[in-house]
Amino acid sequence: MVDAALFSSALGALTPILFAALAGALCQRAGVFNISLEGTMLVGCFAGVAGSWYTGSVWLGVLIAMIAGTAYSLILAIGHVTFGGDAIVLGVAINLLAVGLTSFLVRTVFGTRGTFSDPDLTGLDPIHLPVLKDVPFVGDVLSGHSALVYVSWLAVVALAILLYRHPWGLRLRGVGERPDAAASLGVSVTRYRYGVILAGGALCGLAGAQLALGNVTLFSENMTAGRGWIAVVAVLLGRALPYGVFAAAVLFGLAEAFGFRLQGVGLPQQATDAAPYVVTLIALFAASGRLRKRRTVRENT
Amino acid sequence: MTRVPAAARTVAITILAALLLGALLLAATGANPLTAYEAILVGAFGPDGFQDTLAYAVPVVGMATALAIPLRAGLVNLGGEGQLVLGAISAVAVGLAVPGPLGVLAALVAGTAAGAIYAAFAAVCENRLGVPLLVTTLLLSYPAMSLAAYLVRFPMRDEGSSLPQSAQLAPDTRLPALGGAGLTVGLFLVVAAVVAYAVIDARTPAGFESRVTGWGPRFAQYAGIDRSRLTVRLLACSGGLAGLVGAIVVLGFPFRFIDGALITPQYTWIGLLAALLAMASPLGTLAAGIFFAALTSGGFAMERATQVPRELTAVLQAVLIIFLAAATGLLRKRKGAAGG
Repeated sequence: MVDAALFSSALGALTPILFAALAGALCQRAGVFNISLEGTMLVGCFAGVAGSWYTGSVWLGVLIAMIAGTAYSLILAIGHVTFGGDAIVLGVAINLLAVGLTSFLVRTVFGTRGTFSDPDLTGLDPIHLPVLKDVPFVGDVLSGHSALVYVSWLAVVALAILLYRHPWGLRLRGVGERPDAAASLGVSVTRYRYGVILAGGALCGLAGAQLALGNVTLFSENMTAGRGWIAVVAVLLGRALPYGVFAAAVLFGLAEAFGFRLQGVGLPQQATDAAPYVVTLIALFAASGRLRKRRTVRENT
Repeated sequence: MTRVPAAARTVAITILAALLLGALLLAATGANPLTAYEAILVGAFGPDGFQDTLAYAVPVVGMATALAIPLRAGLVNLGGEGQLVLGAISAVAVGLAVPGPLGVLAALVAGTAAGAIYAAFAAVCENRLGVPLLVTTLLLSYPAMSLAAYLVRFPMRDEGSSLPQSAQLAPDTRLPALGGAGLTVGLFLVVAAVVAYAVIDARTPAGFESRVTGWGPRFAQYAGIDRSRLTVRLLACSGGLAGLVGAIVVLGFPFRFIDGALITPQYTWIGLLAALLAMASPLGTLAAGIFFAALTSGGFAMERATQVPRELTAVLQAVLIIFLAAATGLLRKRKGAAGG
């Protein structure tokens, strides 16, 4: 029931969520509530597949997915930061636009409806880490993933360093916590918020590329299926801390992989589809219960 | 006094800009934008199309109103999909078990109750466990959809069909039809819900409490409004209406629950956007809901007339909302600058 293959598939499952959740955490830290992760990821999926298909190179596909994600997130940046539109309204509309736009493009570009897949479409190859791959168990879990899986781990560390060890991170957090104070010290709130939203778009593009070119090699309508929303929840559960977000994504990935495994012993697929959401909810309850206890202790002392 | 025309002008310019962008997109796909827009207009409000628009407006306006109810107090219910689906599947289960016209009534009640209880549960989770409502409603939505998907694949599956769908309701346990385009007396139920919301919102203490909470939650607390109870009450109403909409949909054509049939048309998200754009005002929500419904039914007509995929109207819809959101943000900014 619990073996190396389980953890290995969990790592694959959590990567798109991790990328998107890092994007969400980055935005949250700068005071932008970004719920457009789902739609931006979907655009990344489409751009990745289209890019890989037309250039014949999967890495160009990944690059195009990043560019498309960044360009798509400009909508939120302009609408929210420049015009002052409501981030929730814009986010929901951006998600809706992504579903419409990608379905429209699948029909006009590939001439099919619903799903596009082709044997000639190249996906990301698994990478077998030297030395590590021969270590029993650990090798089976950690080796043999697409390169983007390892990139996502590096991204966690990079985000942690950026936020806590670099002046940019300090200013960025200042923009999130006290925009007026940051502005009075000469930090451009607008520029930092543009920066995080666009960087988040690139991360969502990577999330989409991993989903459409790593986990599977196809594009299908609405294939993100709520992963962007789970990322929003992961940001909350991990309190927008890089390692916290990583832990939340691991929890979700394990729930998904374990649910998938339970299908093998006869549990219906629908029960296991729901498992990640239920597990996340229970984790949130537990986390908030602990938080509240801590708060009461502090009040009593 | 100059503010209202300024706002109206901004909205008009926004709509024009979105239409222009849509025309460019249409031209890019090789269609004549004018023909396409004419097809949308005729398809939405012409003699044949108007019924389609109304039929589509029933779930959209219903969901928009359902989500507007808590939004009035500043609470966002993101779990509309789950409440809608749960209401629909409960209604079908009851409708199949209780025969005759009594079954219709029982099914409507069951759908409403299922949605209301489920949404109220999300509210209790916020009150007792401190998890934000936005998150509890959203996360509870997915298990509900999975449950319905499971039920129509196994216990409630229509024998003799390979599709994941329930058995068909008996001819006397269906909502009476109005006209031919799948429109049922469910229309009156949704209209009644909108009227009830408008009256409660404008004329009763309950509506006032909810608006005060929307203006300022802290002020509402000082005024002695019990936020926890208000949350549970509003969410129960919201989920109840969402469940009722689900029941209305399945008690109309094709008289059964088909997996995904309530999710794919994006009723919930379009409804939520209508409510958000109208800032949950009852009549504004109604108008926005009808507008989006018209755009969608017009999209089908456009596809027939010009070969342009109807997904383009979904794109137009979203573009319009993004422009409007940006424009209202700009207006607010200007007002803030003018006021001090």
